[in-house]
Amino acid sequence: MSDINQARTALTNRILGGDGKTSPADRRAAFNDSGLAEPLRALVDKVAMHANWVTDQDIAAAIASGHSEDQVFEIVVCAAVGQANRQYESAFAALDAATGKD
Amino acid sequence: MRLKILDSGHGFGTKALFALIRTVSRQPVLDVVKLVQYRADFYGKPMGAITQDAMRGPSAWSVGDRELMAAYVAKTNECEFCIKAHTAVAQAAYRRDGKTVPDLSSNLDTAPVDEPLRSTLVMLGKLTREHVVDAEDMRAVLAAGASRQQIVDALAICFSFNVIGRLADAFGFSVPGPKAFDAGAKYLLSRGYR
Repeated sequence: MSDINQARTALTNRILGGDGKTSPADRRAAFNDSGLAEPLRALVDKVAMHANWVTDQDIAAAIASGHSEDQVFEIVVCAAVGQANRQYESAFAALDAATGKD
Repeated sequence: MRLKILDSGHGFGTKALFALIRTVSRQPVLDVVKLVQYRADFYGKPMGAITQDAMRGPSAWSVGDRELMAAYVAKTNECEFCIKAHTAVAQAAYRRDGKTVPDLSSNLDTAPVDEPLRSTLVMLGKLTREHVVDAEDMRAVLAAGASRQQIVDALAICFSFNVIGRLADAFGFSVPGPKAFDAGAKYLLSRGYR
């Protein structure tokens, strides 16, 4: 049985609420793909929606705007986990609807 | 790798580990290993717990089937690194079970995949491509013979590889030759994802 919900919550709590080089508000915004200023907004949106469209220039622009590599690392991780999380929760709701669970 | 810290920002002990990996495998250290070892408490360790459970925990799906799902999610995301990495593991896992890995390079409708794996892959592909699925999509997988728990297990794999594939593409993982992926597949089959 592969119930990853507890481990998924632990991952989310760690990246959003644990120690980091980026503010929790910015990590949450990256996770939600909402509320960041350029150029992070464009980078995060690509990570969420078309990660294979991310270019060297996207990362370079994030660094050039004053973010450290560690901050970009955290922001990109939060964006990736956030989008996968939304997919997972959509699918679980669909499965519950199909099997009659609330 | 687009961030220097992910390529060479590790501590002394981790760099020694990488040197050992290079010596033993005679292959470069895969970028995914460098990623999970960088500030491992932030991402690598909590993510590794999820991936290990999804890929190697108890499940009605074989390890080969699960690696095939990972490769299919990667194919849907057009993530070259993950396609090659997990196709290599799937091939090795199926070979270990005396089977041939289904070729998913063409249309899934014509690929030699049995149910309920085929319908599960179709659902995972839609979820990955469109980011949502509905109850009808799930009913189709259930009607093809998958149990609710098999779907739950498949969704865990889908979660893991929708995270990992995004990071591979965003951080610009280099894609080495097949020998490096074969060495990685051997490790992942024997040791898992922790």
